[in-house]
Amino acid sequence: MAVTTYLNALNDAMRIELERDPLFYIAGEDVGRFGGPHLVTHGLWKEFGGERIRDMPISETAILGHAVGAAAAGLHPCVEIMYVDFMAVCMDELVNQAAKMHYMFGGKVSVPMVVRTLGGAGMQASAQHSQSWESLFTHVPGLKVVSPSTPMDAKGLFLSSVRDPNPVVFLEHKMLYGFSGECPDGDFTVPIGKADVVKEGTDITIICWSYMRYVGIQAGKLLQEKGVSAEVIDLRSLSPVDWETVLASVRKTGRALIVHEEVKTSGFGGEISARIMEGAFDSLKSPVVRVAAPDTPVPFNGNLEAEFLPNEKIVTDKAVQMF
Amino acid sequence: MEITALEKLLEHYRMMLTIREFELRAASLYEAAEILGFVHLYAGEEAIAAGVCGHLTEKDYITSTHRGHGHLIAKGGKLRLMMAELFGKSTGYCGGKGGSMHICDPSLGILGSNGIVGAGFPIATGAGLAAKTYGDGAVSVCFFGDAASNRGTFHESLNLAAVWNLPVIYVCENNQYGISMNVKDAMKVEHVADRGAAYGIKSATIDGNDVIAVSEAMEGILKDVRDGGGPFLLECMTWRHRGHFEGDPDFCNDYLYRSKEEDEYWLARDPIAGLRNTLVDEYGIGLARLDRVRAEILRELDDAVEFARQSPEPDASEMLRGVFA
Repeated sequence: MAVTTYLNALNDAMRIELERDPLFYIAGEDVGRFGGPHLVTHGLWKEFGGERIRDMPISETAILGHAVGAAAAGLHPCVEIMYVDFMAVCMDELVNQAAKMHYMFGGKVSVPMVVRTLGGAGMQASAQHSQSWESLFTHVPGLKVVSPSTPMDAKGLFLSSVRDPNPVVFLEHKMLYGFSGECPDGDFTVPIGKADVVKEGTDITIICWSYMRYVGIQAGKLLQEKGVSAEVIDLRSLSPVDWETVLASVRKTGRALIVHEEVKTSGFGGEISARIMEGAFDSLKSPVVRVAAPDTPVPFNGNLEAEFLPNEKIVTDKAVQMF
Repeated sequence: MEITALEKLLEHYRMMLTIREFELRAASLYEAAEILGFVHLYAGEEAIAAGVCGHLTEKDYITSTHRGHGHLIAKGGKLRLMMAELFGKSTGYCGGKGGSMHICDPSLGILGSNGIVGAGFPIATGAGLAAKTYGDGAVSVCFFGDAASNRGTFHESLNLAAVWNLPVIYVCENNQYGISMNVKDAMKVEHVADRGAAYGIKSATIDGNDVIAVSEAMEGILKDVRDGGGPFLLECMTWRHRGHFEGDPDFCNDYLYRSKEEDEYWLARDPIAGLRNTLVDEYGIGLARLDRVRAEILRELDDAVEFARQSPEPDASEMLRGVFA
């Protein structure tokens, strides 16, 4: 299998879909000539032209909103909102329009669109370009939400998302674009709603996604040194969640630790924790633990930002306390 | 076969009266608590829906508003399915899941009425992109009220339609009030059409209570838009005969925010009465013929209401179905 970066895996997936589906197009700020604010769409404008790779004015409401109409009328748009923070500008279009249309119109319309956006701290992009906001979307019935962390998942989940008949929020992480990993060539999909058991273990389940996958893996290694066998699960999809895999793991290990980059209060970890209580309470040997960002905006200063982010040491310490 | 001007006017008359009678029936059913929820009636504005949609085909898209019954009927919506949806019945357009504010039929190009003021702009704009992509000469029509033009969606969408040269016609129904606020207190320019210049979009203000004026304006605009001339902003001056919603105290009790004088001024310009006079005075159509049209419409409505009444409620299992396609 070839090794590629998260960024190039996404770019490759876009090229595959642009060649396969004439109704598929990409639109957003600077996605064309510039090659994408984070270069994810590099080269595509030259190859496919301005009607398939549409540069758009700085108009998040029109970027997301026009896609709702285009999708309802049969096109397959993939729009980019440069940072997840900017989603606040176009939430009506996503939440009240795209997400509700199929249900409130009695199934008469479907909205096959993908909203790519990215979150995450780690490069001192400060408070309005760094947050993680998964639970804002998982709280909305009618939206699918995925958050891949490897090149293979980025490509496979992207191709699943653009072929899904529903609106899908595709959450990337700015610190992952340069990450390399194995990724099949050509067309393949990773199903939405299937978690990835990254590492099997018997004593504790660490549940993570996006950049925190790597924190989970590192913590798993540190715990191994302490004689604790951790199972690490990368959810990949946050709506729907692969509860079966999560609950089966917790029933096996008896302990669950959730690590996410969202702030703790009302973060998605709360939902996971509650589901574990509901579905695997009798198996728990210790209360469920959440490791999350504190309830603050993301600070600019590098030391403060590092302090803000969950890391493998915190996860390991918290995990050890569960025994 | 060429349709004569008279036949066209009679079609408009039938359509406008169908909408009016539908709305009056909805009002009485609402008062009788047979229809529940929120209902916003289109009575008084019928010339716009009839004059605009009279030129559209099923391939053309529309987006509608919370005050949407008129647009849907004019675009070909079936009275039975609409009435059943207002009743929340399983046979309604949306199986009873949408209600008055959320009716949709993509097979007629109706991409939905909308409970969020100003939400139709980007949707209609995207449908315009789809029409342009398919290259079949279809257009997208976005109905909206004067108050919606103060939303950011108006700005972003018209700007986008202009730079992408999309076949979208933004039809403003300027009934002069955003719920209780007079348009003069809500914007500093005199006309919504004035705003078109800011986007490089052609625009016009016309008498929205004159179906002939609306129809003639649309004919010219459509030709240009279908030929690739880009978007158009058409402002139609009008007046809603009823409150913002059924139960609005301005209509039910007292003139809370609209004056008696302006109400009387506009009621004297009722689009249906106006067309009726034209048909009688200028075309020599007998009143008996027009009364027959009304009788037919009332029979159709009786049938629609009976259909809605007799239709089953949605099964409880429907609640969980259809969140995802």
